[in-house]
Amino acid sequence: MATPIISASPHLHSSRTSKKLMYDVLIALVPAFLVSLYVFGIGALLVTAVAVASCILFEFLIQRYLLKTEITITDGSALLTGVLLAFNLPSNLPIWMIIVGSLVAIGIAKSSFGGLGFNIFNPALVGRVFLLISFPIQMTSWPNAIENQSKLLDAVTGATPLGLVKEGLQFRESMSSLASQIPSNMDMLLGITGGSLGEMSAIALLLGGIYLLIRRVISWHIPVSMLATMAVITGVFWMINPEQYASPLFHLLAGGAILGAFYMATDLVTSPMTQKGMIIFAIGIGLITVVIRLFGAYPEGVSFAILIMNAFVPLINTYFKPRRFGSRIKIKN
Amino acid sequence: MLKTFSKGGIHPAENKLTSTKEIKKLKTPKVVYVPVSQHIGIPSEIIVSKKDTVQIGQVIAKSAGFVSANIHSPVAGVVSKLDKIFDSRGYKIQCIVIKTDPKDPANFEDIVYPLKKEIHLSPSEILKHITDSGIVGLGGATFPTHVKLNINEDKKIDHLILNGVECEPYLTADHRLMLERADEILVGIKILLHALHINKAVIGIENNKKDAIALFKKLTKNEKGISVVALAVKYPQGGEKQLVKAILNREVPKNGLPLDVGVIVHNVGTIYAIYQAVQYDKPLIERVVTVTGKKLENPSNFWVKIGTPIADLLEAVGGIPEDTRKILNGGPMMGKAIKKLNTPVTKGTSGIVLLSDDEAHRGESTNCIRCGECVYVCPMGLEPHLLMSLTEKHMWERTCAEDIMTCIECGSCSYVCPSHRPLLDYIRFGKKLTNECNLNK
Amino acid sequence: MSDSILYSVLLLTALGVIAAIVLFVVSKKFYVYEDPLIEEVDALLPGANCAGCGSPGCRAFAEKLVKNDDISDLFCPVGGNEVMKSIAALLGKEVLEKEPTVAVLLCNGSCDVRPKTTQFEGPESCSISAMIFSGETDCQYGCLGKGECVDACDFEAMYMDKETGLPVIITDNCTSCGACVEACPKDLLELRPRNKRDLKIYVACKNQEKGGVAKKACAVACIGCSLCVKVCPKDAITVENFLAYIDADACTLCRKCVDVCPTHAIIETNFPPKKKKKIREEKVIKIE
Repeated sequence: MATPIISASPHLHSSRTSKKLMYDVLIALVPAFLVSLYVFGIGALLVTAVAVASCILFEFLIQRYLLKTEITITDGSALLTGVLLAFNLPSNLPIWMIIVGSLVAIGIAKSSFGGLGFNIFNPALVGRVFLLISFPIQMTSWPNAIENQSKLLDAVTGATPLGLVKEGLQFRESMSSLASQIPSNMDMLLGITGGSLGEMSAIALLLGGIYLLIRRVISWHIPVSMLATMAVITGVFWMINPEQYASPLFHLLAGGAILGAFYMATDLVTSPMTQKGMIIFAIGIGLITVVIRLFGAYPEGVSFAILIMNAFVPLINTYFKPRRFGSRIKIKN
Repeated sequence: MLKTFSKGGIHPAENKLTSTKEIKKLKTPKVVYVPVSQHIGIPSEIIVSKKDTVQIGQVIAKSAGFVSANIHSPVAGVVSKLDKIFDSRGYKIQCIVIKTDPKDPANFEDIVYPLKKEIHLSPSEILKHITDSGIVGLGGATFPTHVKLNINEDKKIDHLILNGVECEPYLTADHRLMLERADEILVGIKILLHALHINKAVIGIENNKKDAIALFKKLTKNEKGISVVALAVKYPQGGEKQLVKAILNREVPKNGLPLDVGVIVHNVGTIYAIYQAVQYDKPLIERVVTVTGKKLENPSNFWVKIGTPIADLLEAVGGIPEDTRKILNGGPMMGKAIKKLNTPVTKGTSGIVLLSDDEAHRGESTNCIRCGECVYVCPMGLEPHLLMSLTEKHMWERTCAEDIMTCIECGSCSYVCPSHRPLLDYIRFGKKLTNECNLNK
Repeated sequence: MSDSILYSVLLLTALGVIAAIVLFVVSKKFYVYEDPLIEEVDALLPGANCAGCGSPGCRAFAEKLVKNDDISDLFCPVGGNEVMKSIAALLGKEVLEKEPTVAVLLCNGSCDVRPKTTQFEGPESCSISAMIFSGETDCQYGCLGKGECVDACDFEAMYMDKETGLPVIITDNCTSCGACVEACPKDLLELRPRNKRDLKIYVACKNQEKGGVAKKACAVACIGCSLCVKVCPKDAITVENFLAYIDADACTLCRKCVDVCPTHAIIETNFPPKKKKKIREEKVIKIE
């Protein structure tokens, strides 16, 4: 018998590891990525490759030369950040902008807080929002679907369904007159529409989401409460005035609602720990998203909403604690 | 839907390799090492001295206080010395070393005790028998049983719960005992019901022991007040509080005992020991121990004399396999890794588990990814990740406020942590220091 | 345009004035008198906030020094006699001079003399691993080598020697604040007098096992043979539970015990090398 090992109980461990969780999320993103490859062609691949490569490179450089800590680029977290960042970018974004976005995501949003597990805000979203505010034109001119498969940078660009509706309604048009311009619900479900790389195909994203739910990487609380909140609020407005407000189904399928609900808001590090907390957090995201979409200046608000609610997570964790066993009754003395 | 407790819990691979193996009697060892502290509470006081001749069942160390227990000689022989030997952690503990007399037939005969159903004794006599026999909780906690049965009159008890859950992976000692000594256990239940002046008893058995459930259902068919409940398989259902919640849906209050909700919980092994003590005046000198491991040639269940060195047990199952890296005293979820093989079996040893090189290692601990799994699985509704970081920062007032003291140390948090963080190691340390901090106040 | 500038200036000025008034009122209302001496004493103290004096920090210690009439039992180990003297002069109180001390490690069981029989997996913390088991070696009294004392040291006076697996004390940096003594779960650190030129003789072992058991676990363990007791001219050495201890106050640093110790458990530091080596070898042979 070799030297015996001594450690404290428990002596068993489940087969789950952080690495496996990260790679599960990546697997779940594959269908959406395939759809974007089909819709946007080679551009989608290029953006993703650049984002992933630069995220991993920045993580390595920062850990090696700035923090001088252990190199953890193999844990899959930088890889995932890269993919998620790419999914939130238009497929014709100049490459240097992608690199800047990656630097912000890894350098500012992640490493400056202390690396994996310590960041308050979702790194990929910080990168995206930074780019959106810095380069609004490039970040909002999406190549039109399908027809641009083979073209790279000089593609024909157009607005997203949400953008069309917002602009149309601002110019006093009604929903029925806009109907011909916005893609059908079926197109949006399948992903034959303009938008960021990974956000268009609701069905592919849902497929991955179901995979994550089955593998218990995420729980239903965040996606369901977030989408339900969005549906309820937009539904109320839609019922009041269907000419002025788009239908709840449109709101759920358009923009980054599904991507946000299943992949961004559920980011383990930046979401609350208890189920009660998750529900509050997701309701907050849904609420803020709808407010931005209906009344704000931006057509889309999922990423802002998630970042805003990220800031509340420590507070939520403090106030929504699990119920302690035996706290219902006190001992009678 | 099978009953179970509501909050948290995990389901590790069961690996009950020995559930079909009959309990065999282990050869009486040449020397036994009987520690004086085999129970929670004050160590017993030695009343023999070197070179004394002792008989089987003779008291060799007597209870040294209220929360303490008698210790009896498991063999007939001569006290060779009163020495300090290594316990499983490698610290020295006081113990009585007895050399077995190879000529005394009492050491080797296999006495068969016929089933004795009639209960003649009064409740106070029953309690006295239990006290004298040095019975402690055999589920692993080793709390002296007579203390548990000594109930204040203002506490109203209505249920006795029999713990036949055995939720620890690998272990099958209670399972086999239930199958082989069902009638005796049933009499044991009646003895306790009589002693406690109550008439309701529930036997809780997890659904992975279908044969035991069926057997007890058959036996209790005509018994008034005794019922069997099949429970969904979930760890840590064997914890008292979880079991009471699962069976009666009563929640034991924070820092309270099952007594506070009118329940008393006993392990089936303890009940069997009570039966023997009351009906045959036989003290607690042997117990069932499962010796198991995936690579073992012949994993088995044994009747083992208290004080038998663990090395003897391992020899009886065909020796230690080549690539064994960890030997556990107890189950893999709550047992302790053994440092020294000549450590003896004590009243609380329910199993010896051997883990080979591929299962013995801990994963490398990485950053907490705040996934909340530990919070989700904690059966006590605690936040293990928070308790760990508070312990790291030595913030004892906060740990106390976050109810660190209610942790039952089941290890579910460390089991699920995807970052392999040693959550329970820190929480245990935190509990110790928080307790000291509270006492100093 | 000019309007908005005007409004902003006015608003900010108004805010500033209101804040100033509030601050003024609050500072008057909640004013607490503090002895200016405390400030002066605090300035004299080293400001390390190590808690070696027993107070939680230098400020608290300064308060204590000013408030207590008799400060002879108070001592700042970091500042030493000089600081205490200057404080005494400032306050006009008496202080006792203390012999300067330094931390020493009472274990010499390096990797080569104390073989590891088990391997520990768990947090790199001495107190946690001491709770779980007795240590990776067979000696339950010896150093666990996880370096909790090094972490506790605020003065960079300790480091872990990778080769021996034991902490090393840099005596020049050691302020004898006692943080490491507190930190060690096995009580292996002791504050002993520095003496002249940092000459020290002590038993670097805490093993209370019988000789044979101790020796088996560690080649340099004290086996309680009492040879040192017999050879000591000043009766400075006592043996209890098979463990020798040298009383620093009685010891005259004659080094006789060092020579007779069969396991080299008695350590001498900073002495010039000895010329007569013969005696020792003879003794060793005799015992073995």
